Amino acid sequence: MKRKYKRLTFVAIAGVFIAVAAGLMLSAFEENIVFFRTPGDIASGAIEEGRRIRLGGLVAEESVTPGADGLVHFVITDTVDTVAVNYVGILPDLFREGQGVIAEGTLVNGVFIADEVLAKHDENYMPPEVSDAIKEAGQWYQDGEHGSGDGESGDNGTEGQ
Amino acid sequence: MVAEAGHFALFLALFVACAQTVLPMVGAARNNAQWMDFARPAAVIQFVLVAFAFGALMHGFIVSDFSLSVVFQNSHTDKPLMYKISGTWGNHEGSMLLWVLILSIFGCAVAVFGANLPPALRARVLAIQSFIAVGFYLFLLLTSNPFSRQIPVPFNGQGLNPLLQDPGLAIHPPMLYLGYVGFSMAFSFAIAALIEGRVDAAWGRWVRPWTLAAWGFLTGGITLGSWWAYYELGWGGWWFWDPVENASFMPWLAGTALLHSAIMVEKRDTMKGWTVFLAIVTFSLSLLGTFLVRSGVLTSVHAFATDPSRGVFILLLLIIVIGGSFALFAWRGPTIRNTGVFQPISREGGLLLNNLVMTTAAAAVLLGTLYPLFLDALDGDKVSVGAPFFEAVFIPIVMPMILAMAVGPLLGWKRADLRFALSRLRLAFVLSGLIGLATWSLVTDGPFMGVIGLTLAAWLGLGTLVELAGRIRLFRVPFSESLSRLSRSPRSSWGMTLGHLGLAIAIAGMTGAGSWKVESIQTMSPGETVNVGGYDYTFMGAEDGQGPNYSYTRGTFTVTRNGQPVVTMHPENRRYPVRSMPTTEAAIHSLFLGDLYAVVGDADGSDGSYVTRLYWNPLVAWMWVGAIVMVTGAAVSLSDRRFRVGVPQRRKAELSPVAKT
Repeated sequence: MKRKYKRLTFVAIAGVFIAVAAGLMLSAFEENIVFFRTPGDIASGAIEEGRRIRLGGLVAEESVTPGADGLVHFVITDTVDTVAVNYVGILPDLFREGQGVIAEGTLVNGVFIADEVLAKHDENYMPPEVSDAIKEAGQWYQDGEHGSGDGESGDNGTEGQ
Repeated sequence: MVAEAGHFALFLALFVACAQTVLPMVGAARNNAQWMDFARPAAVIQFVLVAFAFGALMHGFIVSDFSLSVVFQNSHTDKPLMYKISGTWGNHEGSMLLWVLILSIFGCAVAVFGANLPPALRARVLAIQSFIAVGFYLFLLLTSNPFSRQIPVPFNGQGLNPLLQDPGLAIHPPMLYLGYVGFSMAFSFAIAALIEGRVDAAWGRWVRPWTLAAWGFLTGGITLGSWWAYYELGWGGWWFWDPVENASFMPWLAGTALLHSAIMVEKRDTMKGWTVFLAIVTFSLSLLGTFLVRSGVLTSVHAFATDPSRGVFILLLLIIVIGGSFALFAWRGPTIRNTGVFQPISREGGLLLNNLVMTTAAAAVLLGTLYPLFLDALDGDKVSVGAPFFEAVFIPIVMPMILAMAVGPLLGWKRADLRFALSRLRLAFVLSGLIGLATWSLVTDGPFMGVIGLTLAAWLGLGTLVELAGRIRLFRVPFSESLSRLSRSPRSSWGMTLGHLGLAIAIAGMTGAGSWKVESIQTMSPGETVNVGGYDYTFMGAEDGQGPNYSYTRGTFTVTRNGQPVVTMHPENRRYPVRSMPTTEAAIHSLFLGDLYAVVGDADGSDGSYVTRLYWNPLVAWMWVGAIVMVTGAAVSLSDRRFRVGVPQRRKAELSPVAKT
């Protein structure tokens, strides 16, 4: 094979491979992207039921009630609107009332059925989406960065209503 | 006082690094030997200074000096000594100090072991290494000073995040950083080569061991992180396609490609421009990883409480380093000429396929990781790209490579006979097909991908063994001669065999764990029995107790299979009063075919019953074994004496452009 054709072979193989990979990615983006929504979005009715979303906000104070066999019921709030959440499974270690949380699942008859709940590894940390959501709702107060040290001040100045 | 001395040492290191960036570079351009030689003592001094600063911070942690705000925020007097020490890097400032410490270790290594490098190349490499260091010293001193004091001095600290109080996680960051930062060596050599306009076999011989070492550390670091997630997060997950996991995985993919293309530079004097490009890409991805982790732009389990000015600073650094090096590559890259020629079906062709797949996979992971950022910037919509996306894209991309990986090592250099190579793999083909069929008939539920995954793993493993058998002429010559061939075969080919074999084992593990996991969550009262994955777990109750800096609830399960006792398991649920934060300590019992995995949760009422989570995690231990085999492969390959003897031959290589093998 001449050098030129050989190089062409390599380029062609690489081109086909990359095209296939790009196609895969486009179709996967189409199907597997999960949008982030807030309780406010749900209250305004902008959410299609049955579509998979991520719901972020704070776990409302005194809203966590365990049911039978691992079912947990709690309320996610952006301090203005609230959404009831049902979740079967293990809550992460850092899941606490008043803390930022992200739940993934679908909305069914106004109740959010979550199959995944994410809280963070560090109790001072709030997911940027959640803090944005609370800012959007106009309820954001920045308090001192370090809390009071006893770890109980997890509400970060956004006391549940 | 110690802290001020550490702070001062960091300043001195910055000044030394500035001098080390400028003088040797100018010296190399003007052929001034004295200026060039300045780089070697400077690199050693830099290392001593940074090591002193790091020691000073560690001292602060050990003696619990709470006037240092980093220590106050991340330590506590009740903490065991080991976690006081690991607390040094269990926070943003300290981990960046560890970053520069490792960078200076690598620079120092070039200065000490680089006696046989051409002086100009060595001077330039050290200057570039030092340039990166300048950026990070500035970052530390301007935005993340680990030695900042606070008044009044608090009585006690806030304690280290309990999730980080774990032996696996104590050594995970240093390992990972040795990998990340290790790629800076390949980067510095690449930039030096671009400035010189020359890449030759001797250059390849220098770059390859550094890349290999970095790759080995990164493999180990990623595995440790994954292992930690598996036993600490309490639900048996081991990889989440979390942005920060991706941040470490992208340099791993690009580094794997670099490892393979550097072989072509060294042995065949070809693909040189591409290798330089890959070296730049790999280190750029390491920097990007640092940016993603440290800036907190992406929602991630790893994000520490963050500060936007840090993100902006790293972004700036990223633009200078990555932009500058790509511009240099565009300008000087075309001057690099390749002499080796080869046909598409050849060892080179196989290595090229590896490069194609690895870089495409890295690009796919990069796009998926950054897509939420793009979308947020474009129309403010927040999305998350999670495991379903990455699984749908990544797995099909790498599958052809695993198919080809068994064949590649059987192909000769330059031009090879594919049919001959495939005919040698007949047995491997039949056996892996049988393994696939057996899996399919034995495991009736679960995804079909699981069957495919195990078949591919078997094909890769058996194919690697066929290559090994061929190399030692097993069963063709007397067995004793095969053995002596085995002991005489070069360490670097051992590295290849172990690396590929390790991957095969790890793929089997990932497939099993991903496909056939059994999960059971329930409330159990003492004496109650639940069957999970064929094992009967009897809950014997739980009791409370007190650890060094936590209180715990310890559950007891006796596990039997068909009435035969297997093991007694003790999962714990720990509560750390300092951070009022619980952690889950799963009880894990590894068997050949899978792990028994038990977790005890909260008490349910006062009758002694608890929420329990029981899992059967198939083949999980294979992942860890596979990773250990891969890292061993890297270590064995690094011990190859050709890496050391071969290097001084640069002079000869310069005389005749054709590379020797």
